Amino acid sequence: MTQTVGVDVAGLTSPVTVTVNGEARSTEVENRLLLVHFLRQTMGLTGTHVGCDTSGCGACTVLVDGVPAKSCTMLAVQADGRQVTTVEGLAGAGGLHAIQTAFHEEHGLQCGFCTPGMMLTATALLADNPDPSEEEIRWALSGNICRCTGYVNIVKAVQAAGAALREEGR
Amino acid sequence: MYPASFEYQAPASIDEALTILERYGDEAKVLAGGQSLLPLMKLRFASPRALVDLNRIEGLGELFEDNGGLMIGALVRHAQCERAELLRGRYGVLGDAAPQISDPIVRNWGTVAGSLAHADPQGDWGSALMAAGAELQARGPDGTRTIPLDELFQGPFTTSLEPTEIAVWVRVPDPGPNAGGTYLKLERKVGDFATVGVAVQLSFDNGKVGRAGIALTGVGPCNLRATAAEEALAGAELDDDAIRSAADLAAKGADPRSDVRGSADYKRNIVRVFTERGLRKAAEAAGRREEP
Repeated sequence: MTQTVGVDVAGLTSPVTVTVNGEARSTEVENRLLLVHFLRQTMGLTGTHVGCDTSGCGACTVLVDGVPAKSCTMLAVQADGRQVTTVEGLAGAGGLHAIQTAFHEEHGLQCGFCTPGMMLTATALLADNPDPSEEEIRWALSGNICRCTGYVNIVKAVQAAGAALREEGR
Repeated sequence: MYPASFEYQAPASIDEALTILERYGDEAKVLAGGQSLLPLMKLRFASPRALVDLNRIEGLGELFEDNGGLMIGALVRHAQCERAELLRGRYGVLGDAAPQISDPIVRNWGTVAGSLAHADPQGDWGSALMAAGAELQARGPDGTRTIPLDELFQGPFTTSLEPTEIAVWVRVPDPGPNAGGTYLKLERKVGDFATVGVAVQLSFDNGKVGRAGIALTGVGPCNLRATAAEEALAGAELDDDAIRSAADLAAKGADPRSDVRGSADYKRNIVRVFTERGLRKAAEAAGRREEP
């Protein structure tokens, strides 16, 4: 995406430094490059999925400075100087993140396409509200659409992750 | 989908942003939350030569009370309004509207002022703020201009803002001590645009209606003020007859079109029902604050 052959891109690119999952990356991007394509193509992090590409489905959700954002509706240049967390940034040295373990154990997914977005939105919810009610979970996830399972096990997974995080004292 | 190529500027001040806008004439668009502008650019409904991003300008993310009224900066997000204690109570029409806009992730980034500048006839803020009597403070090359919202909206996605102006603040006047409001929205599913929305804001004076603000979403070429209903209520006792006749007047003032979300008759009837319900809810909200 950063190299456009045969087209004069003078003035149409900008330098950015984006910290993705803790690692700062400085590069020149086309101004029109969407954050989701920056993550998938420039960074090679394909865990962030392109679903509807019209900001309706939430599959492309990442955290920008800790706040859920639909990365198909944000430009890479807007993320300049910011911290982005993708699904690849959830697991730590100690293994899977509690939200990943919970989605696995509670069967919070079938095809998995919506799962990265679901988990990132849920992570932000739990950071803000460590013990959400079912209604609060459903409300927080209302911008993320799953077309396989329905939401019962997804809600259970978020509750389980909340309980695990509270136990860990995180 | 990719937007067409554009130049990108992220100025650090409004003055700098205005200089850039002047340079581009009518070929630049102002970027705040981007939740409406970027989808339009991806669909190539809009292909500006340049984007002027306001997000690096300090101080525009503030929401505060000033001389009894409210000031909402150009970078105040829907989610911020959803959480703001300030928007409950007397400003309930705003506090009720905020969580009904799109979905939680979009609300994290989309802005109040951007929604007004976008002027979608199905925009929720346009009605809620019009009912509250709000005005837009725009800065341009010749200084600051105050635009009442019913003069801002000219038609679908069309405003009286000049291409060289920036919507910097939304100002909501003091509704007085005995005020309440609500926003009622019918949507097919969570996150959908309004089939119909009705915003109601009432201020009471000695037990009678002082000012009534009623505005309608999704039933006209832009957010509509139900002027006849507002005028009928001003100075009146808010009894059942007054409520019903105001609701009829609001329905008569609507200009809905049949589409996938419902027939024109259906939408007009929803306006009537929601206006009636909204008036009762707003009066109840105002009444709660009168109790010792």
